[in-house]
Amino acid sequence: MERHAAVGERSTVDETALLAALRRGDRDAFATLVDANTPWMMRIALSHVSSRASAEDAVQEAWLRCLRGLEGFEERSALKSWLFVIVTNCARRRAERDARSVPFSELARREAERIEPDPLEHRFFDDSHPRWPGGWTTFSPGWEGLPEQRLLASEVSVRIESATARLPAGQRAVFLLRDVEGWRSEDVCSALGISGSNQRVLLHRARHTIRAVLEDYLEGGEEQ
Amino acid sequence: MSCRELVALVTEYLDGSMPRPERIRFERHVAVCPPCRAHLEQMRTTIRAAGALTEESISPAARDALLDAFSGWSDG
Repeated sequence: MERHAAVGERSTVDETALLAALRRGDRDAFATLVDANTPWMMRIALSHVSSRASAEDAVQEAWLRCLRGLEGFEERSALKSWLFVIVTNCARRRAERDARSVPFSELARREAERIEPDPLEHRFFDDSHPRWPGGWTTFSPGWEGLPEQRLLASEVSVRIESATARLPAGQRAVFLLRDVEGWRSEDVCSALGISGSNQRVLLHRARHTIRAVLEDYLEGGEEQ
Repeated sequence: MSCRELVALVTEYLDGSMPRPERIRFERHVAVCPPCRAHLEQMRTTIRAAGALTEESISPAARDALLDAFSGWSDG
């Protein structure tokens, strides 16, 4: 996962050097920055808008805003967090259904703090069960026996992509950054402006949904 | 720790943010409980499958336009 350059809550030494190069007008430094960050920015943009063209426009606009803000960028926050906020704003403004003015961090926080039923509730005995309190009622066979090609088949990717698109916005952003793009939890918290525990709640719910989608597919008798 | 409790803690466990005593209880449970072991393994597989999605990109023309915008910015 080399492409997931680790960036902490503050700018790292490398990032400080990169920023200095950008401010000197070093085109190669900018190309490096664009190549390292455009893939995840595009994924975030795609999660808000309905077409590739529109996502690409949002990413373009985000980079132009980044350039305009570069002189004033304060290195107290990581570049990635800053880019996340910009690209999210650019993409949300393009998606009419999201034209409301609730900041994304607020949206994600509310979503995490909403009480939701346990998605696997029906799979467990009651906590007062005499023999198996809180134990599994039905067992999933496990996926160890499945061939690797089946787990990484393009159909699996298609199912993950479409299930991700249906997740609530906060879960979707956390899942895309953490599990699809491989960000560390600190970086996701800082980009989304949410607490570690809220981030974990969103990630946990999203993973449960995606796991269930894979379970349906992998155990759904579509072997041949 | 019941199976239900364990399942609720899987993300915390995988993040490595669980206090040591709880972690030990978690691992002891998993060691003797095949369905929880299967569940944990499914969560790991889910994460791995998500990480295997094809990387997104923008068109080469859009990238060139950005680099030109940068040159314009640094000249200005």
